[in-house]
Amino acid sequence: MNQENTEPIIEIKDLCKYFPVQGGFFDKIEGVVKAVDGVSFEVMKGTTFGLVGESGCGKTTTGRMILKLIEPTSGSIIFHDDAEPVEITTLSKKQMRQIRKKIQMIFQDPFSSLNPRMTIEHIVGEPLRALGMKQDVEYKNAISDMLVKVGLSSDYMNRYPHAFSGGQRQRVGIARALMTRPQLVVADEPVSALDVSVQAQIMNLLKELQKNLSLTFIFIAHNLSVVKYMCDTLAVMYVGRIVEIGKSEDIFKNPKHPYSEGLIALIPKTFIKTKLDAIMPGSIADGSNLPSGCYFHPRCAYAKDICTKEYPPLREYENGHKSACHFDLQLNGV
Amino acid sequence: MMENQKPLLSINNLHVGFKMRQGFVNAVNGINLKLNAGQVLALVGESGSGKTVAARSILRIEAPGKITEGEIEYQSPNHGMLNLHQLKAAGLQIRSIRWKEIAMIFQEPMTSFGPMHTFGNQIAEALIIHENVSKSEAYDRTLESLQEVGMPRPAKVMKQYPHQISGGMRQRAMIAMALICNPQILVADEPTTALDVSTEAQILKLIRDRQETLNTTILYITHNLGVVFNIADQVAVMYLGEIIEQAPVSDLFISPKHPYTEALINAVPRVDTDYTNRKSKVIKGNIPDPYSHPKGCKFHPRCPKFMKDVCDTAKPDMIEIVANRFVACHLYSNTQENLTNEPGKY
Repeated sequence: MNQENTEPIIEIKDLCKYFPVQGGFFDKIEGVVKAVDGVSFEVMKGTTFGLVGESGCGKTTTGRMILKLIEPTSGSIIFHDDAEPVEITTLSKKQMRQIRKKIQMIFQDPFSSLNPRMTIEHIVGEPLRALGMKQDVEYKNAISDMLVKVGLSSDYMNRYPHAFSGGQRQRVGIARALMTRPQLVVADEPVSALDVSVQAQIMNLLKELQKNLSLTFIFIAHNLSVVKYMCDTLAVMYVGRIVEIGKSEDIFKNPKHPYSEGLIALIPKTFIKTKLDAIMPGSIADGSNLPSGCYFHPRCAYAKDICTKEYPPLREYENGHKSACHFDLQLNGV
Repeated sequence: MMENQKPLLSINNLHVGFKMRQGFVNAVNGINLKLNAGQVLALVGESGSGKTVAARSILRIEAPGKITEGEIEYQSPNHGMLNLHQLKAAGLQIRSIRWKEIAMIFQEPMTSFGPMHTFGNQIAEALIIHENVSKSEAYDRTLESLQEVGMPRPAKVMKQYPHQISGGMRQRAMIAMALICNPQILVADEPTTALDVSTEAQILKLIRDRQETLNTTILYITHNLGVVFNIADQVAVMYLGEIIEQAPVSDLFISPKHPYTEALINAVPRVDTDYTNRKSKVIKGNIPDPYSHPKGCKFHPRCPKFMKDVCDTAKPDMIEIVANRFVACHLYSNTQENLTNEPGKY
């Protein structure tokens, strides 16, 4: 996981998703919500890339567009398959099926993402059946092997999801995602619905699987301490745009954007009393009615005149660390 | 905290159970808690540990559960000493206490408001019922209390329905509703669990301010230890319906005594730790099946300090090992000397 890997598995450029706002007579389109607005990043093979931000910042939309579960408005997603790079945005549904074998998703809520009427065998085997595999001995063995890999017993194959706890269900979800031997896994808040003790178990499982199966993760989360634990690189999103991107340790030690600083400062920590006053008042900007200039300026303690007028460009610092702020601020990290 | 004052609320040996098709489940299994006036007590534990059921019993909304044993004594300013466990759950007396004197912030802001009424109606209802005020006064005070909790555009929100506003705003409305009658005890059941860090910080601040200005007593239920450290004076840790450790907040974090507490603290990933070459520690196993709790100490199958023939046979008693620090663990049951064998430096 920590080897320097310079080969990207996926490159995303200027990805946008605008949702229409309908209303009035005949559901006329009255405007757009820019859920994702020009997001670019690349993920290196074998690493974990984190997407963080408050709810409504577009992190889940970005993750879903990678699997084309949501059709992007514009932009490009290039997936580096073993053979040659593939542009995902222009693929047909049929072609996409072949790619989904290699890109899989783990969902947030282990209680609603498993069909209650299917047995564990049926759930975990579904990706294989979808790819046309016969339900023979080999199929059964593949399922029981995978269950063991994610720390479940193969005796559980004939049980239904209700018989399992949240942590066990999430393991089932992970097993299902790994059935087709994917290279890239998009994990959308995989641990946020779990208790702390179970959370740690699942995160360690993901790390272990990454090592053994040489997986690449895109890890979507709002909990920064979880992200710190999991990710090598990190992008902080605010209202559809990346405001800071870089190596995870660089961002935590030396955040360059006031929003990242705020998010880090506000994590309730053991042993340090958080200063709850005056850090980031208000809530995330309304996507259909954005503030002028830098979207973050109404909540920013450092805001100056220029911030209300111009949206700042992504400025590069050392190590590929970039931040979209007008100022080179000296902020306090962890 | 004054030591010799009479507690505002004291729970003695409380048992709450649920009758299920598969058998009887004891969700709360003989807990003792004292809530002193002006104190913030945090009740911590994993899901299924019984913390919510314990809190709901105080307001007597434990149904479909049943209080099978134990007492809840409450010092009411209007009614004198009351035994809440003996009151009828739908009776007049408990209803005059609910919300007026003991209010609760429920966990899910999504489902705890009725979808068919506006926020204005729902919040003002509490005032109209409990304080016998006119409708217009109730609406004025509702507006005021929404402003107090930092609700943006409060006048508009009063005319809105729950589905129209975000989770953070709904939780603020919930808090405004809980605080509107100035209760002396506030039970907060995971009020920030579903929220973003920035909203969480704002709500924690709100609750803390309230406690400081009006000296409200707070029972704060959570599984987030970071939140506990930031808001509580005292912490009680629950496991499978029992309190296994209770201590002042900083003592608990600096030197947790019970192996479960220690493991729980260690399982939280921390932002100020470098994880490149290490894993966060994990509590092995899961919370056991509710129908068959382990014998002896209930934590023994998962405990790293398990002692054979001791932990799996007898249930450890809650003992006071140092002033104000209570723990139920066999590691400490014999002598004080065991304390030198410090489990867990953090």
